[in-house]
Amino acid sequence: MIIAMPDLTPALPEIFVLIMACSILVVDLFLTGKNRFISYALTQLTLLGAAWITVTTSTADVTSTFGGLFVDDALSDVLKLMTYIAVSVMLIYSRNYTHVRNLFNGDFFVLVLFALLGMMVMISASHFLSLYLGLELLSLSLYSLVALQRDSAQATEAAMKYFVLGALASGLLLYGMSMIYGATGSLELAKVAEAVQQGAGGRTLLVFGLVFVVAGLAFKLGAVPFHMWVPDVYHGAPTAVTLFVGSAPKIAAFAFVLRLLVQGLPSLVHDWQGMLMILAVLSMAIGNLTAIAQTNIKRMLAYSTISHMGFLLLGFLSGSLNGYSSSMFYVLTYVLMTLGTFGMVMLLSRKGFEAENLDDFKGLNQRNPWYAFLMLLLMFSMAGVPPTVGFYAKLSVLQAALQAGFVWLVVFAVLMSVIGAFYYLRIVKLMYFDAPTDREAITPQPDMTTLLSLNGLAVLALGILPQPLMALCAYSIQHSLL
Amino acid sequence: MNFEMLVFYVLSTILLFAGFRVVTARHPVQAALFLVLAFFTGAGLWLLLEAEFLAITLVLVYIGAVMVLFLFVVMMLNLNIEKMRAGFWGNLPLAAFVGILMAFEMVLVLTVGGRSVGASPQPHGPGYSNTKELGRLIYTDYVYAFEIAAVVLLVAIVAAIAITLRRRTGTKHQDPAMQVRVKRDDRVRLVSMPAEKEL
Repeated sequence: MIIAMPDLTPALPEIFVLIMACSILVVDLFLTGKNRFISYALTQLTLLGAAWITVTTSTADVTSTFGGLFVDDALSDVLKLMTYIAVSVMLIYSRNYTHVRNLFNGDFFVLVLFALLGMMVMISASHFLSLYLGLELLSLSLYSLVALQRDSAQATEAAMKYFVLGALASGLLLYGMSMIYGATGSLELAKVAEAVQQGAGGRTLLVFGLVFVVAGLAFKLGAVPFHMWVPDVYHGAPTAVTLFVGSAPKIAAFAFVLRLLVQGLPSLVHDWQGMLMILAVLSMAIGNLTAIAQTNIKRMLAYSTISHMGFLLLGFLSGSLNGYSSSMFYVLTYVLMTLGTFGMVMLLSRKGFEAENLDDFKGLNQRNPWYAFLMLLLMFSMAGVPPTVGFYAKLSVLQAALQAGFVWLVVFAVLMSVIGAFYYLRIVKLMYFDAPTDREAITPQPDMTTLLSLNGLAVLALGILPQPLMALCAYSIQHSLL
Repeated sequence: MNFEMLVFYVLSTILLFAGFRVVTARHPVQAALFLVLAFFTGAGLWLLLEAEFLAITLVLVYIGAVMVLFLFVVMMLNLNIEKMRAGFWGNLPLAAFVGILMAFEMVLVLTVGGRSVGASPQPHGPGYSNTKELGRLIYTDYVYAFEIAAVVLLVAIVAAIAITLRRRTGTKHQDPAMQVRVKRDDRVRLVSMPAEKEL
């Protein structure tokens, strides 16, 4: 029997990351305390190499390989590049933080790389199987990253909750997928879309499966009413891991929703539109209202994530190419803001001290005006105040929803973002108008300061010139969804 | 209703009963044993679908290995059952209400629309090997999924070791290398003392 060798070129970045992750696993065994930076450098090198391979092998057209399980298109290239950047920035921000907490070791880097591989598989999936396996690879790595700080009861509890609820959500997702498979007779997204178009299997079974799929997706995104894990995980995990959970996986989750709902089930748009609408409304309301009551900044940012996911869903439920590309713009800028904000939380933390309460930001302007200014930019962007990029992100999803005719939804979203502005601006008030309670000098690494400054300024620069990134999103969506 | 249907309904009933008892059994060992029953009946259902290899794997791997391990763990841990079940009866009315409502909705959705599953696949002839076909698919069409599944297992191993392997401080242990390399000075301390007390 002759077996045709699948074309490996489109999957080269994945193969490279996998090989490097396994190599680092072995190399790290021979390293002791002071040489740990070799693992760190190798991890950064892996990201750089993967980015180089992704850029050089990228083509404008859609290539499919591995018997339809894997797809390489403009969308996957752009999202993968953004994922590498997010992971790399996360590693730089958390270098000092993990170092003083004994987390700066091979396990951490290897698990991060495997999580990255899971995200890449999700981003490039064109089949229920690869979508699900990528998701499991990512989730499993995240659960163990949260639990990595073994002596912390909080982290262990968070990991336990995340794991049990995550397993439940995966079960729901699989059940829904099996229903859709039963109705259409295929697991390949393109064939599923075709079968649904031709009316195979009857609507009842399809919609029944869709309910479970959307519930599973909502859990992974952290949208209300499947959001209960988000605050506990954000709060309990070490801040470096919180930053990781809150940044790059959101890009993968975006790709996941796009592939599954938009590419796999486009004919059921009117069914999932309604479901996403409920999720979006509840997420924006509960996320923003509950965030006001938080005194812990990590919990507050967790609830803010929930409300941002509501906004992200607004773009999806408008059901147009414009809507999807504005969602993509939203998720990319959201990741940029999250990286900066949690970077700042880690900057203020030091050995034996976690800057996780809102009071720890009091009087930051007197301690260091530059960091206070960067945090101000990030908070303005989160709230959606004009010269920053958060404003354009909100504006573009709202425009897309308005074009789709959901006027009441847009009014509601604007109201909720006004409420949300309160707790972001409260941090600004604490930084500039309150006296500091903590007068310890902030002594960051030079690479972190530079990057954090760039991150903060990027929020402003993209706010003034949002066009290139918007054009990139529109381009990748248009060239991938046809 | 032919014989096959009869077997299907008998197995399904046992499966549902076993699944229900896994959740409601008073003792964890009983729950684990009911889970064994559920797996076994599930394997029976797969046999009905002519998936012999999968059915046997389910019995061998899940019942033979995973559940035995599970029973060991349950028996070795001294679980405080009363404490674990403390909230059970308090939450039961709500849980039962939600569960019954969901079951009712499922039945409603699936019966109102009528049976809409596509035509069932034709059974294969006598010379057809299910196992061989499965192997061919795994290593050709689904090789990508197969590889990713392997990576998932690798992550599980790495994670299990990273979370559980720890060196406790203060434990007493021997280090053979140190024992071999020991020098006289490490063991004996020569103290020079005057031979006699001065008078």
